[in-house]
Amino acid sequence: MRALRVIFYCCLLYALPAHALTQADLAPLVGDDFDAKLTLVDKLGESDDKAAKTVLQALSDGNLSASSSGQVVLSQGDTYVDAATGAPVTVNAADLQDVVVNNRMHRHLDSALAGLSLFDADAKIRLAAAQQLAGHADAEFLPVIVKAVKREQDPKIKKLLLQSQAMILLDSTDAAQRKEAAQILGGSDSPKVRASLAERIDKNAQGSAIETDPAVRQAIVKAIAKIDSSMAMAEYLARIFSGISLGSVLMLAALGLAITYGLMGVINMAHGEFLMIGAYATYAVQGVFRHFFPVQLDWYLPAALPVAFIVTFLVGVILERSVIRWLYGRPLESLLATWGLSLILIQAVRTIFGPQNVEVANPGWMSGGWEVIPNLILPYNRMVIIGFSLGVLLIVWLILTRTRLGLFVRGVTQNRKMADCLGVPTSRVDTLTFGFGAGIAGLGGVALSQIGNVGPELGQSYIVDSFMVVVLGGVGQLAGTVAGGFGLGIVNKFLEPWIGAVLAKIIVLIFIIAFIQKRPQGMFAMKGRTVDN
Amino acid sequence: MTQRREFLKHLGMLGAATGLSSLGLPVMAASKDPIKVGVLHSLSGTMAISETALKDVALMTFAEINASGGVLGRMIEPVVVDPASNWPLFAEKARQLISKDKVAVTFGCWTSVSRKSVLPVFEELNALLFYPVQYEGEELSQNVFYTGAAPNQQAIPALEYLLSADGGGAKRVFLLGTDYVYPRTTNKILRAFLKTKGFADKDIEEVYTPFGHSDYQTIVANIKKFAAGGPTCVVSTINGDSNVPFYKELGNAGLKAKDVPVVAFSVAEQELAGMDTKPLVGHLAAWNYFESVKSPANTKFVKMWKDYVKAKGLKDFPVTDDPMEATYVGIHMWAQAVKKAGTVDVDAVRKAMAGQTFAAPSGFTLTMDKTNHHLHKPVMIGEIRADGQFEVVWKTKEPVRAQPWSPYIPGNEKKQSL
Repeated sequence: MRALRVIFYCCLLYALPAHALTQADLAPLVGDDFDAKLTLVDKLGESDDKAAKTVLQALSDGNLSASSSGQVVLSQGDTYVDAATGAPVTVNAADLQDVVVNNRMHRHLDSALAGLSLFDADAKIRLAAAQQLAGHADAEFLPVIVKAVKREQDPKIKKLLLQSQAMILLDSTDAAQRKEAAQILGGSDSPKVRASLAERIDKNAQGSAIETDPAVRQAIVKAIAKIDSSMAMAEYLARIFSGISLGSVLMLAALGLAITYGLMGVINMAHGEFLMIGAYATYAVQGVFRHFFPVQLDWYLPAALPVAFIVTFLVGVILERSVIRWLYGRPLESLLATWGLSLILIQAVRTIFGPQNVEVANPGWMSGGWEVIPNLILPYNRMVIIGFSLGVLLIVWLILTRTRLGLFVRGVTQNRKMADCLGVPTSRVDTLTFGFGAGIAGLGGVALSQIGNVGPELGQSYIVDSFMVVVLGGVGQLAGTVAGGFGLGIVNKFLEPWIGAVLAKIIVLIFIIAFIQKRPQGMFAMKGRTVDN
Repeated sequence: MTQRREFLKHLGMLGAATGLSSLGLPVMAASKDPIKVGVLHSLSGTMAISETALKDVALMTFAEINASGGVLGRMIEPVVVDPASNWPLFAEKARQLISKDKVAVTFGCWTSVSRKSVLPVFEELNALLFYPVQYEGEELSQNVFYTGAAPNQQAIPALEYLLSADGGGAKRVFLLGTDYVYPRTTNKILRAFLKTKGFADKDIEEVYTPFGHSDYQTIVANIKKFAAGGPTCVVSTINGDSNVPFYKELGNAGLKAKDVPVVAFSVAEQELAGMDTKPLVGHLAAWNYFESVKSPANTKFVKMWKDYVKAKGLKDFPVTDDPMEATYVGIHMWAQAVKKAGTVDVDAVRKAMAGQTFAAPSGFTLTMDKTNHHLHKPVMIGEIRADGQFEVVWKTKEPVRAQPWSPYIPGNEKKQSL
C-alpha cells in the first residue's frame, strides 16, 4: 500500500505544472474542501518553486486570506501581495476571509515545509526539519530523506534522518532491510518509535503478527528493550523534577505564612489574599509595560517583583497597625478577624479589577522548555520558579539570621517581655515583621501568576496548602517550611501517577493528620521555652 | 477549613436573605401590570465569573423586548436574585421567586448541581425554568426548557470530528475532567460511544482531577506517553479555572495542538478573555455558537451587547459566548410563546413553546422540539485564535435534535420524550 503511495506521489511530482505558480493553482485554498486543500499542500511540498515555499509558510503562519472574488492574497502587516506571484495588490481588508487551516493540514504543512528545509544551508533549520520528519515521516518522503542522508554531514541530523528512513523501511519487503531498520531504531528514544515497533510484533486477534521473520522479530524486541530503559530513566527524572517544582510552589506560597503565623503566631487567614495582591500587582505592572514600554514587555516580571513586595508590605503594615496588633495572643479572635479581612480584600479587588480572571502572560523567555535528555523536557517557567523560590528563601534566611531586624524579630517572638525590657521597640518590630511576611507572600503571588489563574479568589486555593506546609514542617522553623513544602510536593508527585490526582490529595491529607497526631510540633520542633506558653 | 467554609455559607445566606426580603412586592392581577420574570444567577462566589454575564444578557434582552412594546402590551419586569454559588440557596431563592414574587418564568442556573437543586421546587410549584448551559443530559422535566446543548449536540459531534481525517484521525482518546457529575457522565457516554466505534479499553484513558487543581505536570506527562501509541486527542471537561495551568503545562511540555489536539467543552469566549491565549492557540472547543459566526442575527446580537456593555460600563464582559446566546434565544422564545398563548399561564406557555422557532445569532433557525423541551441546535467546532476568538473549522449542515437520554447509556432507549 505504502509502496503504491510512493509511486503515486512520484507521479504527482512529474505531473506538477512546470510553469510558475498562478492563482488558478491556489484556487482550492478558497472554500471548505479540505481534501482538495491537502492535495494542493502536498503538491506544493514536492515543488522546487520558491513561491510554493512562501505559500506553505504563509499557510502555516495563518497569513493567507481570500478576497470575495477568490483571489488568494498574503498579508504582510498592512499591505497585501498576490500569494502566487508576489506582486503587490490592493484589496479591501474588510472583504477578506481567512483561509481556514485545520490541524490535519497543519501536520501536512509541517512535513512539507520540513521536506523543503532538509537541504537548507543552516544546520539549525535542517535539524528542526529532521526532528519534524522523525515524528511524521510518511512513505512519500523516502526519496527526499535518502537524498538528504547522502548529503548530510552533521552526525546528529544524520542520525535522525537515518531513523526516519528506518521507520519507513520497516515496511520494506526485504527482511534484511527490516532487520537493519529495527537495529537502527534501537538507538532512538522516541516513544512513538517504540509504539510502532511494538505494533509489529503484537499478536492480533487471529494470533498472527505483522512481522513474521524470526530474526527481525528478535531485532525488534531488542530495540524495544533499549528504548524502554532510556524512557524509564527520563520518566523517573521527570517525576523528581515535577515533585521539586510543586514543592517550590508550595514553599513559596507558604513562606510568608511561615513568618506571620510561624514566627509571630498570628493565625493569618488573609495570607492567601497577600498572594493574590502580589499577583494583581504583577498584572498591573504588565499593564503599565504594555502601555508605556511595549518593547521591553518581556521584562515586566523582574520589575513586578519590587512593586509586588512594596504593595503587599504596605497592605500588611496597614492591617497590622489597624487590626492585628490588638489581637496578639488571642488566636481565636485573630482567626476571625483575619478571615474577615480576607473577605474585604477579595471584595475590594473584585470591585477594582472586576470578578473575571485577568490575563497575565508568560514572558517569552519563560515559555517553552529545555530538553535535557530525550523525553525529559523541563519547562522554563518551572525552572525559573524553583530558582526564584530558593532565592527568596535565601533572602528570608539572611534577613532573619544576619540582620539586626532579624535578631529583634527572633528576640520578640521568643520572649516578648524580655526583649521589651532590653529596649527593643517590640511594637514596631511586630509591624515590620508582619509587613515583611506579607511582602514575601506578595513575591509568591508574582510566581503564582505565572503558572495559574489570576482572579480575586486566587488566594483561597492556596491557603489550605500553605497552612498544611507550615504546620507539617513545624511552626516557627524556616527549615520546617522548606522540608514541608518539598516533602509534600515530591510525595504528591510520586503518588499521583500511581493512584490519580484525587486519591493522591486525599492520602496526603490523611498522612498529615496522622503525622500531626503523632507529632503535634511538626517535623522540626522549636526548641525553647516558648513552645509551652 | 470546612468550618470556615460553613460559616461563610451561613453568613452569605443571612446577608442575601435580609437583602432580598425588601424586594418582595405586593402582587397585582391587573392585565396592564408588568410581567415579572425571575433571573436566578450567582452574582457572587465562585460561579459569579460565569453567571454574571448571563444576568446581564438577560436584562439586555428584556430591555430589547420592552423597547419594542413588551409582551401582550405589558412590560417585562425582571426580579434579580443572587443565590451566591450556594446550591441549597438556589432552591430557596427559586421558591421565593415563584411563591413570593409570583414570577411568570425564571431564567437561570449554570452548574448541573444548582439545576438539580431547584428542580423539585419548580416541579412542586409548577413553574417554568429556562436553563441556558450545555449539560450532561440524563434529565427531562415538564418544568424546564433546556436551551443549552445535550451531549449529542456537543460532546459526541466533537469527538466524531476528532476521529475524522480532518480532525486528526485520532486512534486513542484521553478523557480528562474535573471530578464531578458533568465530566463523569459525559465521559461515560463518550466511552460507550467509542466502544461502538471499535475502540479498545487500552486506547481510552480516563483521568480526573480535584476542583481547583493547578499542577498538571504528571497528567501532561501521562498524555505525552499515551500519545506515543498513535494519533491521540484529548477531551477536556476540566472546569473553567483549572484550564489555564493545564494549557500552560501542555505548551511548555512541547505538545502542540497539531500533534495532540485538545477539545474543551467548558472554554468559551468569556473564559478566554481572562487567559493568556498563546498556549491555547490551535486547540479546539465545541459549542453551538461562536462570537465569530458571520450572520445578520449575530451582527445584531454582538452589536447590541457591545452597546449595552458600553452603556452600563460592564468592562469585564466584552465578548459574547454560547450560554449567553442560549439565554438570549430562550428569552425570545418564551416571549413568542406567551404571545401565541395570549397569557403567561405556565401550562398554556408550555404548550405554546412546542415547535417555536427563532432565527438565532448562530445563523440557524432554531426550533424548540415538540416533545423533549430541548432546542434543535447546530454544532460547531472552533479553533482558538490568538485574539481569544474562535475560527469555525467545522459545523453541522442542519440543527441537530437533542437526545437528553443518551442512547449510549443502557436503559435509556425508552426515555426519549415527555
